[in-house]
Amino acid sequence: MKAVREVLSGTKSLLVGMRLTLREFFKPTITVQYPHQTLPMPERFRGHIELKADPETGRPACTACKLCERACPSDCILVDGAKREGEKKKSVTEYHLDFTKCSLCGACIEACPSDAIQFSKRYNLASPTNDYRNMDLVQRFQDRAEKK
Amino acid sequence: MSHLEPFLPAIRLILFLVGTVAFVGLNAAYLVWVERKGAGRFQRRPGPTEVGPQGLLQPLADGLKLMSKQLIVPPGADATLFRLAPAMVIAPALMCLATIPYSESFFAPRDLNIGLIMVFAFGSINVMAIMLGGWASRNKYAIISAARVVSQNVAYEIPMLLVVITLLMVTGTMNLNDIVRQQGPYIWDWNLFRVWQNPLMPVTFVIFFICMLAETNRAPFDMAEAESELVAGAFTEYAGMGFGVFFMGEYANIVVGCSLATVLFLGGWQSPIGLFPGIWWFFIKMYALIFTVVWIRWTFPRTQFYGLLNLSWKILIPVSLATLVLTSVVMKLPLLF
Amino acid sequence: MIAPKDSPAGASSNETFTLNLGPQHPATHGVLRVKLTMDGEYITRAEPVPGYIHRMHEKMGENRTWAQYLPNTSRVDYLSAMTYTHAYVGAVERALKLEVPLRAEFIRVITSELNRISSHLVGWGAFVMDLGGFTPILYAFDDREKILDLLEAVTGSRLTYCYYRFGGVANDVDAAFLEGCKAFVTHMRPRLKFYRDLVTDNVILRNRLEGIGPVSADMCRRYGACGPVLRGSGVAYDVRRAEPYSIYDQFDFEIPHYPQGDSMARYNVRMDEIEQSLRIIEQAVAKIPEGPVMGKVPRVLKLPAGDTCYATEAARGRLLVRITSDGKDTPYRVRLRTPCFCNLSLFEEASQGMLLADALAFMGSLDLVIPDIDR
Repeated sequence: MKAVREVLSGTKSLLVGMRLTLREFFKPTITVQYPHQTLPMPERFRGHIELKADPETGRPACTACKLCERACPSDCILVDGAKREGEKKKSVTEYHLDFTKCSLCGACIEACPSDAIQFSKRYNLASPTNDYRNMDLVQRFQDRAEKK
Repeated sequence: MSHLEPFLPAIRLILFLVGTVAFVGLNAAYLVWVERKGAGRFQRRPGPTEVGPQGLLQPLADGLKLMSKQLIVPPGADATLFRLAPAMVIAPALMCLATIPYSESFFAPRDLNIGLIMVFAFGSINVMAIMLGGWASRNKYAIISAARVVSQNVAYEIPMLLVVITLLMVTGTMNLNDIVRQQGPYIWDWNLFRVWQNPLMPVTFVIFFICMLAETNRAPFDMAEAESELVAGAFTEYAGMGFGVFFMGEYANIVVGCSLATVLFLGGWQSPIGLFPGIWWFFIKMYALIFTVVWIRWTFPRTQFYGLLNLSWKILIPVSLATLVLTSVVMKLPLLF
Repeated sequence: MIAPKDSPAGASSNETFTLNLGPQHPATHGVLRVKLTMDGEYITRAEPVPGYIHRMHEKMGENRTWAQYLPNTSRVDYLSAMTYTHAYVGAVERALKLEVPLRAEFIRVITSELNRISSHLVGWGAFVMDLGGFTPILYAFDDREKILDLLEAVTGSRLTYCYYRFGGVANDVDAAFLEGCKAFVTHMRPRLKFYRDLVTDNVILRNRLEGIGPVSADMCRRYGACGPVLRGSGVAYDVRRAEPYSIYDQFDFEIPHYPQGDSMARYNVRMDEIEQSLRIIEQAVAKIPEGPVMGKVPRVLKLPAGDTCYATEAARGRLLVRITSDGKDTPYRVRLRTPCFCNLSLFEEASQGMLLADALAFMGSLDLVIPDIDR
């Protein structure tokens, strides 16, 4: 008798399961068909870093203090700068990022005293050339400024 | 038209042959599409969408991919048997389909009064084909998996045949055409609800369905091809179209099994409202059963091998024997009074 | 189904063959190699060979400053990354005696519990997928998307959050996050019932899992197994109760444990833990105070010489981080005692005489993440 009850309860569990999947069958799909559709990136999304502009001068706010270079755990950053005529602090001339090593930890952004770098929102980064091993952030800053 | 009269049987024969082969081929290809779309929808995702509208050309892409691969025969394998096995999986399915009555007039096969037995006779060749495929591969894991498939199929043929014997007692004929004609057009006239002769007829149908799933190695009874000893089981050594033909054979067997279930239990081409010819009603019922097969696959996990055999020997066989005895008693009861 | 001591194969029981459950295998969820010595279908010896993903996290600890090590902690067990960072950050805070503001503690608890739920969802889905049910993992990933979206809005990352800092957390959370947590809790409870009806009560699954891989509490103690594995053998040990850290002593939650010790018990422990985590999140969201999220931290971190330990309850068990400092700005030694290494060591003894497919089910019930074994 116990065996019969087990068979019946087992069959019932199977039928319950089938009813549940049938309900799911008629629900809409969850998939976002990338690349035909995209999702909005949240504000704090971590893409590779980019230089921010100083609101007064319009040039990168980075003073090449190299605190980000020291803070980075993966040795991705190489910064160099020189003092411009009549300015107290240095201005950045070279900012190289090796994005193949970057772990998007944000230590560089937190270390920066001049609020000069931020996470970008770029995630479509597949490229046939190897141009993420040595990203020139100053050049990218200028390209972005020109586009605007 | 009159000068075509003597050729009509020949034309019908050729049409039927071409139609059956085309039907099996198309079904095997597009059941893959149905399965993938169905799997997708059960999992709240769209399934194939890129190749053709709604992914309808996906089976073509898959077929092209399989055909472009080199057919390697492993060294030391028995080449004849190796190449024969896939053909032996498809051919019986084609033969079985020749006996199934799709409709009452044009597409009906000849009145074979052993129609039912013929289906099972050809169906058991399938088992041998998989064993041949596993054996001829000369691969340890393929042989183990093929042996498992054989024991699974043998274990599930027994309740299937017991169930069919019960049905034979109820219908009194093995002629599939007559079995369909005995059932009426409405749902309550189907064999499924013929409970005055066999009180457990719905249980009989369920057992038949489960055995059909096990015979065709479908989930949840597919451990032979899915989990078997870390590799692909009996079909490990088959590349490209050889594997493709096994796959097609599996879907052809599903079509045969569901067609048989429709004919035996669900009234075949009988229709309650004569909107379209009977063949469309047949297809509606058959595809509803195929949808259920897909549904079951994507809902349940796999049984363990001994669980599968336990189910057959300890549950299905006793129940089908009990049904058989009960049916014979119930059918003879009026004679006592 | 366990073979008797004398194998039924009889004379051929001397013929065993070696099978590699190789580093590449769909069921081991990572690069784990297990050398199986098989007698026909039964396993006579299983020797796990870890090390295929040894990335020298502990050595990296010696070459990086205290703050530079933070990204490493997430990558040891990427599914349960928050709790690993919590252990490391907690160890440094304990050494420096830093004060963490209460709001930051609440945020840490909420994010850790969300992380635990998402880790259990992956473990559950992958486990059922190994057993042949391909659909529940996708339902689990749908729920997990909601958690990941919540955490992405706060931290910016979806898997390897580098969110906790010494003395607090990196960013504050806003009201939208707290509302999202409440909405998630409301969404998840019916889903748990759905999973119970679809999978847990399913007779096929129960036949696959009940009685498979029985592990006694004594065996767990011998190997140092912890987490759901230990709780599935009847021992109600949870670091959040045994060695309370952060503010877990303020929350009311139970420790699910089952006495049977088989794979079904471990499965049930994980499902119940999701429910308990939902309870903790509810309470934390209701009680979270306003305030700063970062305490006072010295500019350059130099820990006093000595050892400090900190243990947390990760999704897979007890994680212990022990840091040894010699007064410099890089650690002298960072020792990670990870739960999966000890959980895996059960496999050798427990799998003797098992069928291969049952052994795979057993391994799935241990919920291993291989980078956690190798570090």
